Amino acid sequence: MSDTSTGIPEPEGDAGLIETDYEIGQDNIEAQIGPFGLDIHNPVFAVSAGVIVLFVVVALIFPQQAADFFGWLRPALTSTFDWVFLLAGNIFVIFTVALIFTPYGSIRLGGKEATPDYSYIGWFAMLFAAGMGIGLMFFGVLEPVYHMAISQPLGTPSPFDADGVLIPENVEAARQMGLAATIYHWGLHPWAIYAVLALALALFSYNKGLPLSVRSAFYPILGERVWGWWGHIIDILAVFATLFGLTTSLGIGAQQANAGLEHVFGIPNNLTVQVILIIGITSIALVSVVRGLDGGVKVLSEINMAIAALLLIFVFLVGPTATIVSDFGKGLVAYIVDLPALSNPFGREDTGYMQGWTSFYWAWWISWSPFVGMFIARVSRGRTVREFIICVLLIPSLVCVMWMAVFGGTAIDQVLTSPETSAVKANVIDSYSPELSLFAMLEGLPLAGLTSFIGVVLVIVFFVTSSDSGSLVIDTITAGGKVDAPVPQRVFWASFEGLVAIVLLLGGGLTALQAMVISTGLPFTLVLLAMCWAIFQGLRSEPR
Amino acid sequence: MYHKIMVPVDLAHADKLAQALDTAANLSSLYKVPVTYVGVTASTPGPMAHNPAEYEQKLLAFAKEQAERHGIETHGKTVVSHDPAAELDDALVKAVHETKSDLVVMATHIPNVADHVWPSNGGRLATHTDASVFLVRPS
Repeated sequence: MSDTSTGIPEPEGDAGLIETDYEIGQDNIEAQIGPFGLDIHNPVFAVSAGVIVLFVVVALIFPQQAADFFGWLRPALTSTFDWVFLLAGNIFVIFTVALIFTPYGSIRLGGKEATPDYSYIGWFAMLFAAGMGIGLMFFGVLEPVYHMAISQPLGTPSPFDADGVLIPENVEAARQMGLAATIYHWGLHPWAIYAVLALALALFSYNKGLPLSVRSAFYPILGERVWGWWGHIIDILAVFATLFGLTTSLGIGAQQANAGLEHVFGIPNNLTVQVILIIGITSIALVSVVRGLDGGVKVLSEINMAIAALLLIFVFLVGPTATIVSDFGKGLVAYIVDLPALSNPFGREDTGYMQGWTSFYWAWWISWSPFVGMFIARVSRGRTVREFIICVLLIPSLVCVMWMAVFGGTAIDQVLTSPETSAVKANVIDSYSPELSLFAMLEGLPLAGLTSFIGVVLVIVFFVTSSDSGSLVIDTITAGGKVDAPVPQRVFWASFEGLVAIVLLLGGGLTALQAMVISTGLPFTLVLLAMCWAIFQGLRSEPR
Repeated sequence: MYHKIMVPVDLAHADKLAQALDTAANLSSLYKVPVTYVGVTASTPGPMAHNPAEYEQKLLAFAKEQAERHGIETHGKTVVSHDPAAELDDALVKAVHETKSDLVVMATHIPNVADHVWPSNGGRLATHTDASVFLVRPS
């Protein structure tokens, strides 16, 4: 009579439900605006949307003051609180890795009898595309070359002297450090940050029966108060972080896609084209969110991962294949060997790398964690904690190592073997045009026109997958954890993201937005640390 | 004339379904055929239930209550969807096929401009299944 007779946990007992008087949606307002129905959380929806509009208006009315303030705020945060970010990052890695080896690893998200909702491939494609797909496009070439030659992590000398002449004896160490220092930013640490948030949400939603909202993870700490203003503040912060993170990325992504289009087709690189790109990206994202998780987001993520894999294989085969294989091994070993030194929060002298890159990245990953973590949680039901952590932490880290070895390794090879003619050297070391670094590397390989075009397509589609999954997440949070709120609401958020990105791109507020992303990272670091304790409490009370 | 009747229900708004439920019950009595109430839910906790199993219990209780009230044979079927807001139509089409229903009785709203953007659930069922679709407008 029903297709739910197997694989679904019993409503009580086995899954360790939390008993609370709170009913999901009890604070929601259901209304009809014209032909469209609404089902929104009061006050999370109104406060989030209102403050975001206020922020955009202030940034546009006082552009200079905003630029000055946020220009100061971002480095001030990443340099003053660098040790907080690094220390917290280490705690997240140790906590999640430790869970793999404890008996808690066998607890299943969704109850003992739950079966996974998605196949490994669909699941992995979605979490990877949402998690960092676009970053790999932007930083895959830039970062390894930059760390090898400029930022000098752990004091590793550059392979070039001040006049740009190669110093052969520095080459090997710098090359390995370039890869290791990049892998550090894209490996275990960011994925541990995502895993903490995702695990907390999945556990408290699927096993404890609380709404799929960030506040739910704080039930062991705040008790029933989590449904009041404490919880509102946590959820509003999560909405800010997600929307600011997405709009910043939309702005940066439009710039990179425009640079690529100029590089490939000679299309002018200006604000008009970038605004058209944002409208285009947002329109595709709208179609995707209306089609839903399975019909839109999942399909696009899988297409994306397939194209990315093809590009990876192409560069691997036509690039310096033997060197790439060697870089993969050496980069991984160097990462493991240098990990304690790279992740040391105290007494560092390589502040350019540690504060300018690591600290910034950690704040960035943390501010993105509500979005990516919630999305991962939503598609992770039915996995055991051990399976979840291995798949969210270790496999994406390995894929990142592979990506950096192929793209970064090829770029480094081009820089070192022909420094005079390398377009990568010209765009990363001699001058700094980060948005061109990927296309500069592809220029040194056969079929550059075709691969650069594919690169532009990938940049765009990666943004679509971030935009659509981000809209689903914001919609769920602002609907009080309901996943079946009326579709026009998610359309509103996806359009709102595009609109904020356009307004700020035109008004010059992207720097302010980046600073806001980092600013939300700091309080969220404390939120995530508290979540580790909440997860531990939650797992302890699960039947095993 | 008909063999099985399917009635999509939103348990959270069951109070707005009275007209459709009575119509389905009357048709069930007339043709002496069973009614299957279909509810679509997510695997995440929602206002009606913490999980699909709990939702199913509530749906079955609802079906039983309808059976007692109208003296008809009823069943309940829960469809779990990853994204019920966007995939409701697909879930209902699937349910029509799985229950082998040949008549769907469902509540509908007053048509408005949004129907031009989002086709109505009933319209979608009529175009994607072989079942007859009876749309009941609340009085």
